[in-house]
Amino acid sequence: MDMRNTLKTLCQAYGPTGNEGSVAQVIREMVAPVADEMTTDAMGNLIVTKKGRGQGRLMMAAHMDEIGLMVTYVEEDGFLRIDAVGGVRPQTTAFRQIRFENGVTGVVGYESAKVKNFAELTFSRLFVDIGASSREEALEKVSIGDIAHFTSDYVDMGRRVCSKSMDNRAGCAVLVEMLKGLEDAAMDVVAVFTVQEEVGLRGAKTAAWSVNPDVGVALDVTSAADHPGAPTAAMKLGQGPCVKIKDASVICTPSVVAWLEQAARDAQVPWQREVLTAGGTDTAAMQMTGAGIPAGCISLATRYIHSQGEVLQISDLEQAALLLIQAAKTGYNS
Amino acid sequence: MERLKKLTALRGVSGFEEEVRAYVLEEAKRLADEVRVDALGSVIALKKGTEHPEQVVMVAAHMDEVGFIITTVEERGTLRFATVGGIDPRVLQSKRVIIGEKRVPGVIGSMAIHLLEAKDMVPLKVNQLYIDIGCTSKAEAEALVKPGDTAVFDSDFVTFGDGLVKCRALDDRVGCGVLLSALERRYPVTLAAVFTVQEEIGCKGATAAAFAVNPNAGIVLEGTTCADMHGVDDALKVTRIGRGPVISIMDRAAIPNRPFRDFVTATADEYGIPWQYRQGAFGGTDAGALQRAKGGRPVVNIAVATRYIHSPVNVVSQADYLNAQTLLMRVLERMNRFLEVE
Repeated sequence: MDMRNTLKTLCQAYGPTGNEGSVAQVIREMVAPVADEMTTDAMGNLIVTKKGRGQGRLMMAAHMDEIGLMVTYVEEDGFLRIDAVGGVRPQTTAFRQIRFENGVTGVVGYESAKVKNFAELTFSRLFVDIGASSREEALEKVSIGDIAHFTSDYVDMGRRVCSKSMDNRAGCAVLVEMLKGLEDAAMDVVAVFTVQEEVGLRGAKTAAWSVNPDVGVALDVTSAADHPGAPTAAMKLGQGPCVKIKDASVICTPSVVAWLEQAARDAQVPWQREVLTAGGTDTAAMQMTGAGIPAGCISLATRYIHSQGEVLQISDLEQAALLLIQAAKTGYNS
Repeated sequence: MERLKKLTALRGVSGFEEEVRAYVLEEAKRLADEVRVDALGSVIALKKGTEHPEQVVMVAAHMDEVGFIITTVEERGTLRFATVGGIDPRVLQSKRVIIGEKRVPGVIGSMAIHLLEAKDMVPLKVNQLYIDIGCTSKAEAEALVKPGDTAVFDSDFVTFGDGLVKCRALDDRVGCGVLLSALERRYPVTLAAVFTVQEEIGCKGATAAAFAVNPNAGIVLEGTTCADMHGVDDALKVTRIGRGPVISIMDRAAIPNRPFRDFVTATADEYGIPWQYRQGAFGGTDAGALQRAKGGRPVVNIAVATRYIHSPVNVVSQADYLNAQTLLMRVLERMNRFLEVE
């Protein structure tokens, strides 16, 4: 398993919500050798099938999109006005570097004389400086409606790694490594790398309708509660993959939870239960599609989610892949 | 513009679109090959394509408008109400309204200003307001109005200024008008013209209709917010009246498909039709429902900039309205080109 390199490559790829084509292409190349079939649907979801012994169809969903910013207006003096794409807070956006798909890079500034209280900063007070001095010059580089992602270095800290977009390239990396390691599974696995999760679980909804699986499992990050002053919760780095019980969007199907926990025991990997009071995941979109689909989620404990320095532990990802391979091998029986 | 005038004379608070539906049905039956009303009340009108009838483009415009629903008839003969859809509470006070099928006139009343404490001055909340229909007892009022009756602002269709129109409910009767005009022609692809219900309370009609029609692509016609007033920073002028049909880049309901959006703007450029981006990301339309029913499909928005939206005095430009009509027809004429690439 080459989790470290897969994760690094995926974290650095460009793929903000609504413009996931580049990261989808990276994943396509990674999984092509092991895939039986690959398609892209109208929303842009990458749907990869790996056949097993046909004992039911397992849909796995990991969202490819990362939070970003969209250009809404270009000022006469060449500054860009922007709005959030996904859960981006204005306070954590100021002074960050961003990059567009064509490589144009900028930095986010704010109207310092007009903003007296930083806590009350809004997107209408933010702007992006791409080094242009006029509207014409700026429009040669970007258009209204273009989407940028945040940039940051990828830092290997040893057991742990730090980067932007661990949410949810970590889930994508687990799914890629799972597909590579999958052999002789009971279930046909349909791995869906979904789009537009960050704006409301949109891609998973249409993909789940098309795939119409017997069971769905999402892969995403969850808030680790093991740093100073963290909210009280059980999830910690290095304690193994989390088996989700609930988040604000979903209560996982109990039989799916039991199946995933048994898979952890069988694969001899540690696991922890996750009860998240906020947040939403593709799990909910799958569960409520069509006539309803039993659904669960494997989460990866992550610190500082939606920042440029999301931190997680490599062993949790490796164990998550082993757990899921085991689950597909065993098969799900409602 | 006659059609738009007729459409705005009709009442259609979300969930109670009967009057608008009756007119749309009559027109659609004359213009389309096949017309039906679904269980929620949306009108689905099909016009078969000449060359690619299997390619279906659903174009949606919502028939409903924001308004009021009467909740209580009070002992003293006044009415209490709730708003249906998003109405800015600042616009309510002292406005004339028309209630129910009998078109009972009323006025939204409130405590006299000298009896209010400073903290209660503006804006008054809905529960501090009532509708006065000139009755002095419950029995007298109940003869005219029942709880569950709906009300709309009393606002005439007026043309003024440089080709501007003022009325209530231009959001989204402009869309209904454009869509009926589009039904007058036939295109290479099949047009599924859907006049939806209950958009203003969460796109209920479009969700069901998109599921039933399951088209290859979707276009949503809207009256959209406009902030081109004096004193607004240019960056915050989300759309401007007279600058042409509005193309969305993103809102809270959907991110329109980029290649489809580029196809629409390229079509406008080719035919010399003015257009503008919607330079903001708030609000939501039927496009979200249309994009994600069943397996999903590309969607775009084509809208008419509407000042003072969701108030008694929506204002639009006739030129924008006609240009939206032309743009929609041009897009439909060549839609097969986009769908073949997809």
